[in-house]
Amino acid sequence: MAEPMKIRATMAGDTADIKVLMNHPMETGQRKDAKTGQLVPAHYITEVTATVNGAAVLKAGMGGGVSKNPYLGFKVKGAKAGDKVAVSWVDNTGDKRTDETTVG
Amino acid sequence: MKKALLGLVTIGLISGVSGAMAAPEQDRQEFVNYYTKKYPNVKLDDYVHGALAFDADSKAQYDAIMEFPPFEGDLEKGRKLLDTAFKNGKKYADCFPNGGKNIAGNYPYFDDKAGKVVTLHDAINACRVANGEEAYKVNDMKTMGLLTTALRAQSDGMLMNVKVEGAGATAAYEAGKKAFFSRKGQLNFACATCHVQNAGVRLRSELLSPAVGHAVHWPVFRGGDNLVTLQQRYDGCYKQVRAVPPAQGSADMNNLEYFHSYLSNGLPMKANVFRK
Amino acid sequence: MNALRRNVLKGATGAGAVAVAVAAGLITPTRVLAAPRAAFDAKNLADAMKGMGLPAATDSKDIVIKAPDIAENGAVVPVEVTSSIAGTSAIAILAEKNNTPLVADFELSGGAQGYVSTRIKMGATALVRAIVTAGGKTYQATKEVKVTIGGCGG
Repeated sequence: MAEPMKIRATMAGDTADIKVLMNHPMETGQRKDAKTGQLVPAHYITEVTATVNGAAVLKAGMGGGVSKNPYLGFKVKGAKAGDKVAVSWVDNTGDKRTDETTVG
Repeated sequence: MKKALLGLVTIGLISGVSGAMAAPEQDRQEFVNYYTKKYPNVKLDDYVHGALAFDADSKAQYDAIMEFPPFEGDLEKGRKLLDTAFKNGKKYADCFPNGGKNIAGNYPYFDDKAGKVVTLHDAINACRVANGEEAYKVNDMKTMGLLTTALRAQSDGMLMNVKVEGAGATAAYEAGKKAFFSRKGQLNFACATCHVQNAGVRLRSELLSPAVGHAVHWPVFRGGDNLVTLQQRYDGCYKQVRAVPPAQGSADMNNLEYFHSYLSNGLPMKANVFRK
Repeated sequence: MNALRRNVLKGATGAGAVAVAVAAGLITPTRVLAAPRAAFDAKNLADAMKGMGLPAATDSKDIVIKAPDIAENGAVVPVEVTSSIAGTSAIAILAEKNNTPLVADFELSGGAQGYVSTRIKMGATALVRAIVTAGGKTYQATKEVKVTIGGCGG
């Protein structure tokens, strides 16, 4: 079961500053286990979507080159305090996770 | 610069013999004077950032990562460990003054009755044992390491306040100082070789950090996910100069931490930071 | 929306490409990926660009990449891309020497500004390339990031 994301959304002028920290190993499938010498199977987030009050603001595709526990920051103009921010991810194994916060 | 350096080395060699009570504060002043004279543009307060204080590019990356550190999940686990009651219903907070808040800067201290240095790790284990639990291994990052992330974070902002008072404390401090200045290992390096004589200088790709400010920012998360405590780092330093490290939690390590922590007196604590 | 489709809609490559992409399984009508997965598997820069369906990009000073000169740790390199090009609708980040150069592709809509911040892995000293799509055109900027091995971490 995937661990929850942490999402922070704060207003700076007329723009919401949204920061997301996902909890994921982001294994590229190219790394060898130091002990066994075997390749660690690929396990990374492939897609992230973000909405503000249900409207899409960001859709990201990712490869294994994004760091472990991916961080994502973006800015949405016209959002306001109290708006609902939802972020979802899907990984290459089909695992998924959605979390929400409100703009503070 | 050379003169200051010589002064330091001399103090390292002879003050153990003189054993004056004011020696620790004099030592700390000498260290601070040496570094600040060598690097007049680096503010003393920034020494808590170690080598990052000497390189804006590194510091910018630190700031970007600390904005939302990738190790947040580990900190959460640590807070859970700290908040979990023992079988007898008591908590870590019951063992420490002020519920365990704003205390980390008082460690290590010298326990006159026991005749030895007590680190925060030791105090955690004493608390566990007093409440009928087994002591943690001090080098076990999954238990002791995670627990210290939470306990130390409750002292963020407190100024380091290590005290060296009395004959026993002075002897332990001097033993730690001797370890700091003694050359060891196949490379024949002392702690001081890198962190005094060459602080602020690159050793291959590595920018070396000053000893003042070292002790306030532990544990660190190297590469953003690898939890390392201060004595775990000492262990790494010993191995890097190809010396056999003393056991973590041993009197040798604790005395080194005692001396080393004293050097950071007056600087603010900040647990759980990113390092390369 | 994906990068391929983006260009398609802007008339860059024509409707035929969509049919080809759908037939190749790159686009499914119900679930649209940001960039075709094939682009993320591409082993070099040229193939990654081709995979995204992007034409040659024009250098632009209106794209600012904030990334270190020397990475503290190649496993976590903070990269921030700001595009002040009007109508910026997508930003892709590539690390040229990585085994698979395409790291991430961001589609922006509904008030999202021309800005993304993330952290990437870099296996070797290389150019970090930002590709920006705006008004049907493709722009780019690069920034070299040196990656060293080791680390005292004191």
